[in-house]
Amino acid sequence: MSEAILMQGNRAIAEAAIVAGVKFCAGYPITPASEVMEILSRKLPSIGGRYIQMEDELGSIGAVIGASAAGKKAMTITSGPGFSLMQESIGYAAMIEMPIVIYNAQRAGPSTGGATKPQQGDIMQTKWGSHGDSPRIAVCPGTVQEAYNLTIRAFNMAETYMGPVVILSDQLLAHKRESVVLPDPNSIEIINRRTDAPPQEVYLPYRVDETGIPVIPPLGGGYRYNMSGMLHGENGIPDLSPKTIDACIRRINRKLNKYYDDIVMVENIRNDEAKIAILAYGSATRPARGAAKMATKKGINVEFIRLITIWPFPEKEVREVAERVEKIIVVEMNLGQIAGVVRQVIEGRAKVVQFNKVSGQAITVVELFNKIKEISE
Amino acid sequence: MSKLDKYLRLNLMPHFACPGCTHGIAWAAMVRAIDKLGLDQNKTVMVCAIGCAGRLPIYLNFPSIRTPHGRALAFATGIKLANPELKIVVFMGDGDALAIGGNHFIHTARRNLDLTAIVAINEIYGMTGGQYAPTTGKGRFASTAPFGMIEPQLDTCKLAIGAGATFVARGDVYHVMELNSLIPKAITHKGFSVVEIITSCPTHFGRRNKFKKPLDGFLRLKDITISKGQAKRLSKEEMENKFVRGILHLEERPEYVEEYDRITGFKEEGVMP
Repeated sequence: MSEAILMQGNRAIAEAAIVAGVKFCAGYPITPASEVMEILSRKLPSIGGRYIQMEDELGSIGAVIGASAAGKKAMTITSGPGFSLMQESIGYAAMIEMPIVIYNAQRAGPSTGGATKPQQGDIMQTKWGSHGDSPRIAVCPGTVQEAYNLTIRAFNMAETYMGPVVILSDQLLAHKRESVVLPDPNSIEIINRRTDAPPQEVYLPYRVDETGIPVIPPLGGGYRYNMSGMLHGENGIPDLSPKTIDACIRRINRKLNKYYDDIVMVENIRNDEAKIAILAYGSATRPARGAAKMATKKGINVEFIRLITIWPFPEKEVREVAERVEKIIVVEMNLGQIAGVVRQVIEGRAKVVQFNKVSGQAITVVELFNKIKEISE
Repeated sequence: MSKLDKYLRLNLMPHFACPGCTHGIAWAAMVRAIDKLGLDQNKTVMVCAIGCAGRLPIYLNFPSIRTPHGRALAFATGIKLANPELKIVVFMGDGDALAIGGNHFIHTARRNLDLTAIVAINEIYGMTGGQYAPTTGKGRFASTAPFGMIEPQLDTCKLAIGAGATFVARGDVYHVMELNSLIPKAITHKGFSVVEIITSCPTHFGRRNKFKKPLDGFLRLKDITISKGQAKRLSKEEMENKFVRGILHLEERPEYVEEYDRITGFKEEGVMP
């Protein structure tokens, strides 16, 4: 265990990506995410990796999927407007089951919004931004330390479950400097995608074993097969027969259901006396945790839960909290994107109270405490 | 059995192309080029995207990836940077290369990445039902140009040269022997090479533009294309609506990955996959 060092959120993402084994990065500059590209453009060549600044975000994510298809761990970096452009290929990566990591430092939206102001407006876009039903993993770090840890985990999950993983930070976390303790590299688990494909004569890219996850050797690695964004059968060749369409869509989505318990992470400070719970994620975490503590200290018991994984949605964990309390305050820096999902999964077990701040400012402990006080009366 | 059969996924035949479509002649020329050059079938990657031209690599027995519309060159860029040892051939129509993917085309050319882009032009969007394309000639008819095409035609080769491609050639499927000599040169060229191949679409272009029989559209290529030598002897007026065949541009310029590795001091770590 080394000493704590002061590090910017974006730097933590870049440093962790290197530890996780990133060997390719393509991006298009955008505030507040660009530092990650700047760091990777400097460091990648000395560790056998390459960086390229593409002509737009459509190209950036395309190059990243291409590099991953050629066998390299690859990531792209963006913020809201760029993330919107990337949607077509995020769906594509989910469809051809190619591991990639997308770092999105959320800024104020909609449209060009505010590049230097934080919001959490891309929550639903992360899951539903591309057409059709396709699986998505997304994590929301709350601190710089967690940004570091979750970036490594994001790469591991991409390689394990073969698909896109999104790291959702925001302008606050991206540009904030905090102390980080870098773990001993030898103690970090690094996962690489499976390479145990059967011989070429019998190989089919999307014929899966009991794991439900395909083994896809790198392009040019001795196997000849096709990958396509079109609905396909086990051989990767387009096939629009009803049976194949149904099987293809269900199989790619089933993967995350099967491994829900391994993927989903929450932090829950249980309080059995509490009638109120406060739920937050990302940069809303700290004030929410602080307000829960303050209220409990002042005699209003509040349970705290934060979503570390946002997609797949931690529905079991949230439902469990809803069983115990009467009200859940959902704290967000948007107009209630997760509040809607909470309502849907708890099915009336508790009342959902929204706290939404979209002024491009950080949420404060005091304003949340006041909200708790207001609804406890 | 033809000696080229090993390059085909014969189990997928018959292919999807319409009767009378001449894209197949362009595809065959590409396969012959790969065979002539003796490229490693496992290390030659086919990249394509959407549309009639974009569906080709599915029928070819190479490692192949079919990307979202227009993104073929962006994907190819990532593949090349991840593993520069691979030969990459990107097969596109003008939708992929010049319209939805035009930005990637310009910048791939500017970078001079060692990729070969084959752009099959049939002057129409065939797959979607005959809408006009960036290469549809002014006055031509399309399902979305019922009064005639208003916009001028985009010249693939001029665009490629202007953007910095270091090998630019044009051929057509009538002069197939020329294609057989052009494509191997493009593939062996170090840097970004572009071969525009003019084909004919009887179903959507021909039917709407007075080339009803497939053969009419095919024979028209003989009239609208002209060799470099012949072109020199024609006046500007006579050159109107003619497409010059042959290698139109060739230059030596450092290839992108080589430059990248040299300038950044790239150090290989471990073995490429």
